[in-house]
Amino acid sequence: MADNKFDTPEIREYPIIPKLQRDVMSHSKPFIAKEPHQEPLGFPGELVDDWHDVAIKKMGDLQSKYRSLQVYLDSCVKCGACTDKCHYYVGTTDPKNMPVARQDLYRKVYRRYFTFAGKYFPKLVGAKDLTKEVLDDWYSYFHQCSQCRRCSVYCPYGIDTAEISMAAREVMDTIGVGQKYCNEIIGKVHKIGNNLGLPGPALEDTLEGLEEDVEEDTGVAVKFPLDVKGADVLLVTPSADFFAEPHVDGLIGYAKVFHEAGISWTISSHASEAANFGMFIGSYENMRKLALRIREAALELGVKRIVFGECGHAWRVAYSFLNTLAGPWDFLDQNYPIPQHICEVTHGLIEDNKLKFDKSKNDDMVLTYHDSCNVARASRMGDKPGGQFAIPRNVIKAVCNNFYDMSSDTIKEGTFCCGGGGGLLTDDLMELRVKGALPRMEALRKVVEDNGVTHMAAICAICKSQFSKVFPYYDFTMDQIVSVHQLVSNAIILTGQNDENEENEEKDGKNHSQRDIDEAA
Amino acid sequence: MQISILSISIAALFYLAFIILAYGLVFKVLQYTKTPAPLKIPTMPAPITKAGVIFRMSKEVVLFESLFKSSKATWLFGWLFHFGLFLDMLRHLRYFIDPIWTWVLIIQPFGKYGSILMFIGLVGLLIRRIVVDRVRYISAPSDYLMLVLILCITSTGIAMSFYLGADVISVKSFFVGLLTFDIQNIPADPVLISHLIMVALLMIIFPYSKLLHAPGLFFSPSRNQVDNARENRHIAKWAKELEKN
Ligand code: SF4
Ligand code: SF4
Repeated sequence: MADNKFDTPEIREYPIIPKLQRDVMSHSKPFIAKEPHQEPLGFPGELVDDWHDVAIKKMGDLQSKYRSLQVYLDSCVKCGACTDKCHYYVGTTDPKNMPVARQDLYRKVYRRYFTFAGKYFPKLVGAKDLTKEVLDDWYSYFHQCSQCRRCSVYCPYGIDTAEISMAAREVMDTIGVGQKYCNEIIGKVHKIGNNLGLPGPALEDTLEGLEEDVEEDTGVAVKFPLDVKGADVLLVTPSADFFAEPHVDGLIGYAKVFHEAGISWTISSHASEAANFGMFIGSYENMRKLALRIREAALELGVKRIVFGECGHAWRVAYSFLNTLAGPWDFLDQNYPIPQHICEVTHGLIEDNKLKFDKSKNDDMVLTYHDSCNVARASRMGDKPGGQFAIPRNVIKAVCNNFYDMSSDTIKEGTFCCGGGGGLLTDDLMELRVKGALPRMEALRKVVEDNGVTHMAAICAICKSQFSKVFPYYDFTMDQIVSVHQLVSNAIILTGQNDENEENEEKDGKNHSQRDIDEAA
Repeated sequence: MQISILSISIAALFYLAFIILAYGLVFKVLQYTKTPAPLKIPTMPAPITKAGVIFRMSKEVVLFESLFKSSKATWLFGWLFHFGLFLDMLRHLRYFIDPIWTWVLIIQPFGKYGSILMFIGLVGLLIRRIVVDRVRYISAPSDYLMLVLILCITSTGIAMSFYLGADVISVKSFFVGLLTFDIQNIPADPVLISHLIMVALLMIIFPYSKLLHAPGLFFSPSRNQVDNARENRHIAKWAKELEKN
C-alpha cells in the first residue's frame, strides 16, 4: 500500500486550464512485476542485460505491425490542442500528463533511432537516446494514462495516446519491466479463468448464495446458472460482478431480466471473466489468448448467443476486437449481434414491452449517468452510431423517474475517465487515481448542487470500483455509485413476486451490508 | 542565350528538392500502406459505412472539425493558414501551366490575398506557441523554425506581389523550362531568389518532418476506419499467422 500523503485537489467553481508544474508526478510508479508475474505471460522476469537493444528492436517491430503507431509517431504537429484534454493533466498539472507530452516520451526515442532528422539533428527536433532516465519516465508516465482515448477525439489527426501507451508498455514488458497489477491478473486468467483467481467451486457457492438472496427478497426462484450445457446465452461478465458492490446488484439485475424474459442462460467457469487486461499492456498475443477462452466456453457449452455484462474495456474488446481475436463466430445464432451487450438485451426487451417496471422503486434516488470511456469512444451499442450513449440512458429512464445529465462537455464522446481505467486500478497508484478523478467529480458536484442528483450510474466494473474508492476523498459516499442493472433490478416486476413492503425493508438492510463489504475490501 | 550560373544552381536545387520530396513521400505512403492496422480502432461514434467515412474525413480535411472542437484559437489560425496556403498554391499554378487555365486566371486576385491569410494564421500560431505555457513546453526548436521558415516564404511572396513586383514572365518561363528540361534564365532578384531557395528547403524537409501530418491524416485508423467490427471480421496477415498454432 502506498501511504504517500497527498492532497485531494479542490473542486474548482470555474474549471479553467491549470498552469503546468513540472515533474510533480514523477514519483508516481506502480509496483514492478516480479518473475512469477512475468513468466506466465512470456516476458522476462527482470530487466534484461541488453535491454537497450532489445527495446529498440521491439519498437521497430511494433511500428511495422501497427499502422496506428507508425502514423501517430510521424503526424503530430505539436499544435497543443490535446494538452488540456487529459484528466490526469487537469488533476495533477504535471506537463508530462498532457497527451502530446506523454507521446513525446516515446516519440523522442523513435526520432533518435528511426528518423533521419533525429539521427543527424537530435537537438533540433528534440530526439533523445533511450537511457535509464528515459525508461524511468516511461514507466512512470505510461502508467499515468488510462488509455481513455479522450485526447484522440480532439486531435486533428485522431492521434490516440492510448495506442502509444500500449506500445510503450509492451516494449517495457519485453525487456522485463512489467507492471505487477496487470500482469499478475492476466496470469490468473490464463490459469484459472478470471481476474480474481476465483475457482469454479467458489463461483458456484457465490451464485447459489445469490439465488437464495433473490428468492428471499422477491419470492421468485431466479436462477444463476453455471456451466449449463445447451443454454441459449453465455453471459460473460467482469468477475467483480460476483462479489463487489455495487457490481453484484447489477448481476442480480441481469439475472432478473433473463428470468423474466424467459431466456435460458449460463455463466461459464472456464470464461468467468469479461475483463481483458491483455489490452492494457498492448499485448495482442495475451489479449487473444484471453479472448479464446470465451470461444472455447461457447463451443463447449453449445450456446447460441454471447452477452457481455457491464464492463467498459471488456466491451471494447468484445465489440471491436472479439471477432478479430477469436472469430469467426459462424456457429452462433446470426440473428443476434455477436457479441451483445446486456444493455442492448434489456433495451430490446423494454422496446418490445416484455418487461414491467415500477419506476417508483427508484424514487429514493436522483440519477446521473457516467459514460465509461471505452464504451463511449471505442465501441457501440445498437445499430446506429451513438447507440452507446442512447441505450444505457434509455434503460435508466425506463426504470427511474429522476434523471439529469452532467454538463455536455463531460459526457458522451467527451466523457472524462473515472481515473482508474487502463490497468491503473491499484492501490499503489491511489494518488493518481484520486487526482485523475477531478474533472468527473467537478461535473458530478455541479449536478448534485443544481439538480439534487444523489447517485451516479455506470456500466463499467472499473468505474464502479474506482468511484466507490475515490468518492470519499471528494465528500461523496461510496454507495452513491450504482450499476445500471441495479436500477433495473430495483424496478423490475417479476411475475409472482412478493408484495412490496417486505421488499423495501430488505433493501434498507442491504444498503448497510453494502458498506461493510466495501470497507472490508 | 547565355544561362547564368544562378539559374543553373536554382534549377539544380529544384530538381534535387523535387526528387527528395517525391522519394520521401512515396516511401512514407508505401510504408503506411504496407503497415497493417490489426485492430478496429475508430474513435467512436464512427460512421458505419464507407460513404460515412469519406464524409467524416472530408470534414477533417476541409474544416478541421476535431480541432474546432478542441481549441477555437488554434483552429482559427490553423485554418486561416491552411486555407490561405491552398488558395495561394492554386494561384501559383500559373507559373507552371501554359496556356493558363481560365479558372486559375479567375482566382488570381483571391489567391493573392491567400498570402495575407497565411501571414495572419502563421503569426497567430507562432504567438500561441510562445505565449501558452503548455504549447511552449511541447515545442522543440524545429517547431519554431518551421513556422519562421514558412513565415519568411510568405513575407517574401507578399513583398513581391504587393510592393516590389517581380518579373513574372521570366519566372514563368523558368519554371515551364524546368518542366520541359529546357533551362531558362531566372531574374537575379534577391527577394525572388530567397523566396525560391526557402521553398526548395521546405520541399526537402517535408518528408522528414512533422509535415507528414498531411499524408498521415488519411492513414489515421482512428479516423478512416468504418465501425463494423461485429459484422465483418477484420484480421491482419501477421495476426492470421498466430491462428496456425
Ligand atoms: S488516452 Fe486518456 S489518459 Fe491517456 S493521454 Fe489520452 S486523455 Fe490522457
Ligand atoms: S492534438 Fe494531436 S497533433 Fe496536436 S499536439 Fe496533440 S497529438 Fe499532436
